Amino acid sequence: MSLSGNLFRTSIGRKFLMAVTGFILIGFVTGHLVGNLQVFGHPDKINGYAHFLQSLGGALWAVRLVLLAAVMIHVWAAVTLTLDSRKARGTEGYDVRRWIRASVSSRYMRLSGLVVLAFIAYHLAHFTLGTVQTDNFKGQLAPYAMAADFHLLGFPVVAKGEAVADVYSMVFLGFANPWVSLFYVVAIGLLTVHLLHGFESMFQTIGWKSSTWAGWLRGVAVAFCLAYLAGNVAIPGLILSGAAKPAAGTTAAERLAAPTSTDPR
Amino acid sequence: MVAAGSPKTISVTLRVWRQAAPNQAGRFVDYPARDVSPNMSFLELLDVVNDQLTVTGEEPIAFAHDCREGICGTCSLVIDGKPHGPHQGVASCQTYLRSFSDGAVITVEPFRAQPFPVVRDLVTDRSAFDKIQQAGGYITARAGSAPDANAVPVPKADAELAMDAAQCIGCGACVAACKNASAMLFVAAKVSHLGLMPQGQPERDRRVLAMVNTADDLGFGSCTNQYECSAACPKLISHDFIARLNRDFIGATFRSGFAATPANTGGGAG
Repeated sequence: MSLSGNLFRTSIGRKFLMAVTGFILIGFVTGHLVGNLQVFGHPDKINGYAHFLQSLGGALWAVRLVLLAAVMIHVWAAVTLTLDSRKARGTEGYDVRRWIRASVSSRYMRLSGLVVLAFIAYHLAHFTLGTVQTDNFKGQLAPYAMAADFHLLGFPVVAKGEAVADVYSMVFLGFANPWVSLFYVVAIGLLTVHLLHGFESMFQTIGWKSSTWAGWLRGVAVAFCLAYLAGNVAIPGLILSGAAKPAAGTTAAERLAAPTSTDPR
Repeated sequence: MVAAGSPKTISVTLRVWRQAAPNQAGRFVDYPARDVSPNMSFLELLDVVNDQLTVTGEEPIAFAHDCREGICGTCSLVIDGKPHGPHQGVASCQTYLRSFSDGAVITVEPFRAQPFPVVRDLVTDRSAFDKIQQAGGYITARAGSAPDANAVPVPKADAELAMDAAQCIGCGACVAACKNASAMLFVAAKVSHLGLMPQGQPERDRRVLAMVNTADDLGFGSCTNQYECSAACPKLISHDFIARLNRDFIGATFRSGFAATPANTGGGAG
């Protein structure tokens, strides 16, 4: 069989595609979290960073297309493999069903995956397209004037005084809504459960795992997942609880100080 | 639980899957077994029940068995939801009644998987495994008589690992235990025990590609890395071999995808 036939048709080939796309997506969510944590710094940080990403133009779209392809291949492989496996199990099931040692996270990959997929759609509508919580969307908020020059890896990216989209206020205002925050926390919790199995699974599918270092890998996977969960829960958690307050002078600070005036006009 | 060597007898009820023929509907039937020795094997218990059934003129329970010492891979019962019964690394034939408590109701089912159709009662047709073996689970070259010792050096660790894989008795418990009815552990064991040996190298890529494709075509499922297979395996074959199988398969896929093809396949003095 041809290379593409072996990759896209055989069971191990599709598992390999799941592992590779899973690796890309783990890399993305990690980088995304690190970028997002800048919301706890000076508003210049996340606003300058967001402006830099938006200014990438074609490169930004290239990354977006790679991510979209990764999600699509990951989901396609999961669906086709699941259907094949259901067929393999046959029509007559066992009367007594029990698990011997399969981990809890491994048994709920479909559920956690589907919730994460729904979450991605909401998250894009929320912070990228602005079709939900329209009033808080960066395109609707007053532009933010940079307080200082913004550098990334030593390179000057945005100049002092330049007006950029106010991502900082958008995040603070968005997570001031308890339902939105709750959905984020639940979805991130399920993504963490998904990654608990996925992280190790990736190494097994690519063929690098062995019992010699499986215990160590498990430790790394658990530590990674806990750090990921903590970082992601911190953003809605600290904002909603009021532990993190928006910096004075920002749109978010003005609006949250007067909670009754939800209508900006 | 009854202690080993105990003179006491126990009574259990077997809840057995009865199915007269491949495409007929089956059902569970209860068979009480009273005052039986706790030191008889599970298969001996079925023999005792079958003796009673024969006396009363009923059809005895069909079940697969051969060596009854855990090395042939013929016995294939799912006992209380686990292939080969409650213990780790033990086949059905070496599961003893002392592992069950007095008065227990024990559910006995055949291995379930689409590629393993039920022939009758607890007997399934596992010839799908033979087809996977025929696809590449051998070495084509004539092995001849035993070579001189150390003529072909094999590292001790490789030899031991190959022996671990070669312990597979092909019973199919891995498929029965897997929620996806995947044959990965079986294929992994067969591919690895040859792939670790120098004699297995020339056909290593062809072997793994052919065996995995055949397993897929026969309708076995895929691996979701839950390792129920290795936990149910009567020979405790490690799922490390599945990682090895994955590595071999992916490597072979890319190597074969980019390999040059010979211009003249006639070869030799044609």
